[in-house]
Amino acid sequence: MKRLPTGGQWLTMLLLALVGVVPGRAQSPKDAAFLSTLGELREASYSDKATIAERLGQSGHPSVRAVLTALLDSRLYYRNSDQKIFIVKSADADPLSLIDPLSLKSAGSAAASDMTQIGTNNGLRSVLRMTVAHYSLSSPDASVRTDAVREMSRSLDEPAVALLRQRLGVETNSGVRKEIATALALAALEGPDGKARLDAIATLKSSVDQDVRNRLALLLGKNGDGSFVESDENVRKAAAGAVATIDHWRTFYSGFETLFFGLSLGSVLVLIAVGLAITFGVMGVINMAHGELMMLGAYTTYVVQSAMPDHIGISIVVAIPAAFIVAGLVGVLMERTIIRFLYGRPLETLLATFGVSLILQQTVRSIFSANNRSVVTPDWMSGSLRLNDALDITWNRLYIIIFTMIVFSLILLVLKRTRIGLDIRAVSQNRAMARAMGIRTQWVDAMTFGLGSGVAGVAGVALSQLTNVGPNLGQSYIIDSFMVVVFGGVGNLWGSLIGGMSMGMVNELLEPYAGAVLAKIFVLIALILFIQARPRGLFPQKGRAAEDR
Amino acid sequence: MERQVTSENKQTPGLWKRTTLVDRGGGRGGDSGGTWLLAVLAAVAVLVPLLNQVVPATSAFHLSAFGITLIGKYLCYGMLALALDLIWGYCGILSLGHAAFFALGGYAMGMYLMRQIGTRGVYGDPVLPDFMVFLNYKSLPWFWHGFNHFPFALAMVALVPGLLAFVFGWFAFRSRVTGVYLSIITQALTYALMLAFFRNDMGFGGNNGFTDFKDILGFDLHSDRTRVVLLLITILAVAATYTACRKIVESRAGRVVLAIRDAESRTRFLGYPVDSFKLWLFVFSGIVAGIAGALYVPQVGIINPSEFAPINSIEAVIWVAVGGRGTLYGAIAGAVLVNYLKTWLTGAFPEVWLFALGAIFVLVTLFLPRGIIGLLRLRSKKA
Repeated sequence: MKRLPTGGQWLTMLLLALVGVVPGRAQSPKDAAFLSTLGELREASYSDKATIAERLGQSGHPSVRAVLTALLDSRLYYRNSDQKIFIVKSADADPLSLIDPLSLKSAGSAAASDMTQIGTNNGLRSVLRMTVAHYSLSSPDASVRTDAVREMSRSLDEPAVALLRQRLGVETNSGVRKEIATALALAALEGPDGKARLDAIATLKSSVDQDVRNRLALLLGKNGDGSFVESDENVRKAAAGAVATIDHWRTFYSGFETLFFGLSLGSVLVLIAVGLAITFGVMGVINMAHGELMMLGAYTTYVVQSAMPDHIGISIVVAIPAAFIVAGLVGVLMERTIIRFLYGRPLETLLATFGVSLILQQTVRSIFSANNRSVVTPDWMSGSLRLNDALDITWNRLYIIIFTMIVFSLILLVLKRTRIGLDIRAVSQNRAMARAMGIRTQWVDAMTFGLGSGVAGVAGVALSQLTNVGPNLGQSYIIDSFMVVVFGGVGNLWGSLIGGMSMGMVNELLEPYAGAVLAKIFVLIALILFIQARPRGLFPQKGRAAEDR
Repeated sequence: MERQVTSENKQTPGLWKRTTLVDRGGGRGGDSGGTWLLAVLAAVAVLVPLLNQVVPATSAFHLSAFGITLIGKYLCYGMLALALDLIWGYCGILSLGHAAFFALGGYAMGMYLMRQIGTRGVYGDPVLPDFMVFLNYKSLPWFWHGFNHFPFALAMVALVPGLLAFVFGWFAFRSRVTGVYLSIITQALTYALMLAFFRNDMGFGGNNGFTDFKDILGFDLHSDRTRVVLLLITILAVAATYTACRKIVESRAGRVVLAIRDAESRTRFLGYPVDSFKLWLFVFSGIVAGIAGALYVPQVGIINPSEFAPINSIEAVIWVAVGGRGTLYGAIAGAVLVNYLKTWLTGAFPEVWLFALGAIFVLVTLFLPRGIIGLLRLRSKKA
């Protein structure tokens, strides 16, 4: 059922379709006829309602589908005072928000007690489903047509098959055609002709849909008296082969999905760790305030969104440089006032920066209150990319992978290709020599710390889309980021990338068997054991600099 | 201020090179700070029963039950700080997971106290604690057996943290995990334990932990008299562990431990078994932390998985830093002082507390690298 759009989505689709087609309708005779037919629903018996529904369907009125869908979902009501019929947005809400059945525009609201629902029963609902499907099949939107075919394939009878055949003749969209072919093949499985059933199985073999697989598996079962459901042995063999093929592909896709989840979780880990890899790895500063710098980034996103409430879609893009600047400036300030006095004493930077983290937390709490702030997810980031029946890829997971890759490449670019990057590397390799060559090491230190902090802020923008934005946001990620850096090897950006990705991957691989919390515990224990085997991480620093930390 | 890469620095990652850090206090037997500490403890041990039991409740000098619990709590924290100072201040092992040992000791004691509730729980089950009845346990999990005996529970208070410290330390020190890496994996350890104890399936009460204790060895936990006795035991325990730690650091073994802190590789090349010195010191420290936790639970009356939170361990490190690292008594003083400040500020100015705590950490690290004790000593030298 989850594939079906909810009533609300049906409506929006329809509204979108209508906006262009029907400009500013006045009440025409057609409307009046439609309304009076609709009015009959109030008193009619269930069987009469079915005929009324069919008549409504034949009327060809633009809001037929919305009205019938509403009836199907038990969202069609009439007002007790004036007997007028309305669609409601959701039957669970009180007061109900009303929608005019003709214009499909909002028509105020009413208390649930003032309204009466127009009831349906199973028989009526199946009729309604067919009528709605019929309507949807001729929709200009391919995704609506696809959903209609799917809906119809649940219960296929003669007229439905005929309808689908007819549609197949005129359908141009290849996705919808495939969907119809699957539905027709499913229908053919019921047929008496063994050859037709074999052909149907050959068609169904290429599907990866769970329903299709179950339907085919049914053919392999036995009846109560021990005889096979499917009498033809060839058909049984073909069905068994098809089920095996489908299972094979489904396993493949679910493996792919796990891989994808692992990559996206890994990307989050890399993103939160890469700033730390700079401050901790390159500078040797244990920055316990790293999490709070991410928190600042997340709050910057919130502030930017509040400043431009009409452009949520762009606000995220604006927030990225803003968060970089805010967190980066705080980082530079921290470096200039505190950390520069503590170089070479990493365990003490831990204490001081922990103090800073408490101050930042309380500052945010004093300004924004201790409650979580809600950051809106822009439309282009919600929803998912449907590759096939077995594989849905959510946009936000995809974007986070892309985003991490961009951020990571930019950091590498800065470190390897720019003057400041050259200076940073020089200072981290040999401070005294770098200074002797005329590099302003103090300035480089501040810039390095600012860069690492700014990246933390950028990570915060991403986190604001994934989790609650509150004063404690940083604390929940700081340990993960340290784990990643230590696992990858301090002072090695590539180590952090590979470390984060593999930790995310292992976590997602374990999760189906152990659950989220146990998987995390296993990862932590594995990390502790790993450090025993390689005390300097995956990619240890070599040479003199390594001895220093 | 630029980082100096000296040969000494290379061998001792992130540690202080200055040997003056250690309290030599004028040689053996001249432990003036320790004398002060023991004197203060003795004074508290005399004053608390007097002020609570003898002075009438109407008097301004009367010490309430809340006050006793507070002092007891501070002293338990002081003991945790002592354990931490022993390994950090003297051996250079910065554990960011020491609260884990504290919490484990607390849980062992909590299990005994839970079994003592008996039929007085909400569900009145004679064997199963309330949360188990609530979570549909049919019988007691195997690891709960024996905890109705006080001596067994006491043994576990020391054994469980000690064993964990042994296993963890054995792996870590054998493979020479040092410095920052060690700190981070101790943090991973306590974080993993926290996640584990939050699970209901673990059989430790999930996120609610243990609470609602009734009595210990038949004495009512809510009576003032029991509280006073518990506090006296805590004072004794602090005094005893302090003396033990002092003996350890002043022994020949203690000198080797100091050498390990200042030049680990050099000590190893001289033929000392560095790993086992570190390991046994770590185990001892874990046990002390466990005992502190066991004393903490009956006085505070609750133990839950948030005790494992990494931030608790970091706070403990801060107490040591504030008090003065490598002094032992400084650690206890720091713990009491910071926690007193916390109690006072969270009550009087809740908004300011985190600012104040944060500022203390920053300022102490920047300006008082030897903590308050260092400041006091500087004064007395000048004078």
